[in-house]
Amino acid sequence: MNPRAIATEAKLLLIGIPVFLWTILPVYHMVLFAISPKDSAFAGNLWPDHPTLNNFAVVLQQKHYYLNHFWRQLSNSLVIAVATGAITLFIATCAAFAISRLKVRGGRIVMNLALFTYFIPAAFLAVPMYRTMGLYGLLNSQWALILAMVTLASPYAIWVLKQGSDTLPEELDEAAYVDGASALQLFRLVYLPLMVPSLVAVGTYALLLAWNEYLYAFLLLSKDTEVTLAVALGNFLAADDSPWELLMATGLIYALPPAAIYYTFKRYMVGGLTEGAVKS
Amino acid sequence: MSTVAITATTEATATAPAGGVWPAAQLWGVVLVVPYVLVFVVFVLYPVCYGFWIARRPETYVNLFDDPIFARAIVNTLVFLIVGINLKMVVALFLSNFFVQPRWWIRSLAVLFILPWALPSIPTILSIRFMLNPEWGLVNAVIFRLTGDDGPNWLNDPTLALALAIVTHIWKSLPFWTLILISGRLAISKDLYESAAVDGATAWQTFRYVTWPSMRTLYLTCTILSMIWTLGDFNSVYLLTGGGPADLTHVLATLGIRYLRLDSVDLSMAAIVVALPLVLPLIYFMMKRLSR
Repeated sequence: MNPRAIATEAKLLLIGIPVFLWTILPVYHMVLFAISPKDSAFAGNLWPDHPTLNNFAVVLQQKHYYLNHFWRQLSNSLVIAVATGAITLFIATCAAFAISRLKVRGGRIVMNLALFTYFIPAAFLAVPMYRTMGLYGLLNSQWALILAMVTLASPYAIWVLKQGSDTLPEELDEAAYVDGASALQLFRLVYLPLMVPSLVAVGTYALLLAWNEYLYAFLLLSKDTEVTLAVALGNFLAADDSPWELLMATGLIYALPPAAIYYTFKRYMVGGLTEGAVKS
Repeated sequence: MSTVAITATTEATATAPAGGVWPAAQLWGVVLVVPYVLVFVVFVLYPVCYGFWIARRPETYVNLFDDPIFARAIVNTLVFLIVGINLKMVVALFLSNFFVQPRWWIRSLAVLFILPWALPSIPTILSIRFMLNPEWGLVNAVIFRLTGDDGPNWLNDPTLALALAIVTHIWKSLPFWTLILISGRLAISKDLYESAAVDGATAWQTFRYVTWPSMRTLYLTCTILSMIWTLGDFNSVYLLTGGGPADLTHVLATLGIRYLRLDSVDLSMAAIVVALPLVLPLIYFMMKRLSR
């Protein structure tokens, strides 16, 4: 290696090391707390002296006041995320097919309304949504959160699916028509199979959005047995003497499924997101 | 029956040659689009109208502008957007150039780098919050070990706390924007960089005359979109500082919840109405860009 190449590598390392530390530090801190006994975690140690899985055992056996409904809340999170994913997928696929392939009249307006909704900052819609859910009598029902998340997820979902669908050749529809297929057969037999990558991206997006949601979840749900794990984690903040090591262990359990899903579907996610978020 | 269908088809293709091959296409189209329209009307349109109705009284706005916390929240939001977003996008632009360097370790680092974006915000932001705890947080423990002095009480100082909320926001969303800019960067032809190298261009010249002209539009779009989303970023502030100390670190996204807690929904809605002149031009810009 000549000196110039060494200098280049050194410069790259000079960027890479801070980027590594910056990225990993909060995550490392979370893991450190989760595997440390209480006194060791609070002593400000950088390294786990006596790593233990005891915190996880406490969480999984619900042996703390804050964690009385851990399993229930985990399953609430799961049910709400899966329901949001499924309903969003259904609504968005139908709408995108109608707008892009069937060219329904007013489709452009619907698309623009959806885009507009996508761009309303989510926190701005939270309070009016909370009030109207009260008027509809849905407060404290998990349907309120599922429907709210569907509302937030479907605009982007429709947009991504419409973009994908617009790239399918027009001849497909004509060929299907000549073969005597009905509009619904085109939808089922031609459209859906070709759209699988976008459908995976959109379904995963809606699922993760609902699983990760905190603001709407704590506004719309309140009973300990009904809330999601996200709200339960936020509730640890209620007291100053909260068991942080248990919170971090619970947080790690809560964070692992979405991270695993994200990395599994990264190819689809990043493609869909780049396409969806910005078109220069 | 079939004749009718065929005539209808020819008519449809004549008027709309780009689609609507099916006679029943319009009917099915309406049926399929109705679920979304229902969701929109019931959960977007009605709440928005209801919100405007709650915020209809002029006295509400007088009360709102009398509240020092509101003025402070507006300033905080502007600082968050102008300083935070631009800082984040510049770093993302810089890193997008770093991550396209062909090295095995940079590729591995890129996988790890996405972690803040892939993990849910609640546990990670709470982890940052504990790191900053003045008594037993990791940050002050390290400061004590290195200097023998106690570190600052990070989240108890309004300026520091807001700065740290911005840092938290950047930590969480930097990977996403870097990824987008990387895809823009990869779309630039390698030949351009090769000829720049042959011509002996410096790193800055390469960036200024090769990278930037191709990335400019994408960069601007990303900045605007990030501003819109950051206006709705509730978690970075609420989970880190809770709006405190003394309600001095609120932003528009958390202010609504504060007024809701104080049982003044009208103020919470009015705060959003007041913010609309700031938000709508940004939304308009994005709509124009996306519906091209």
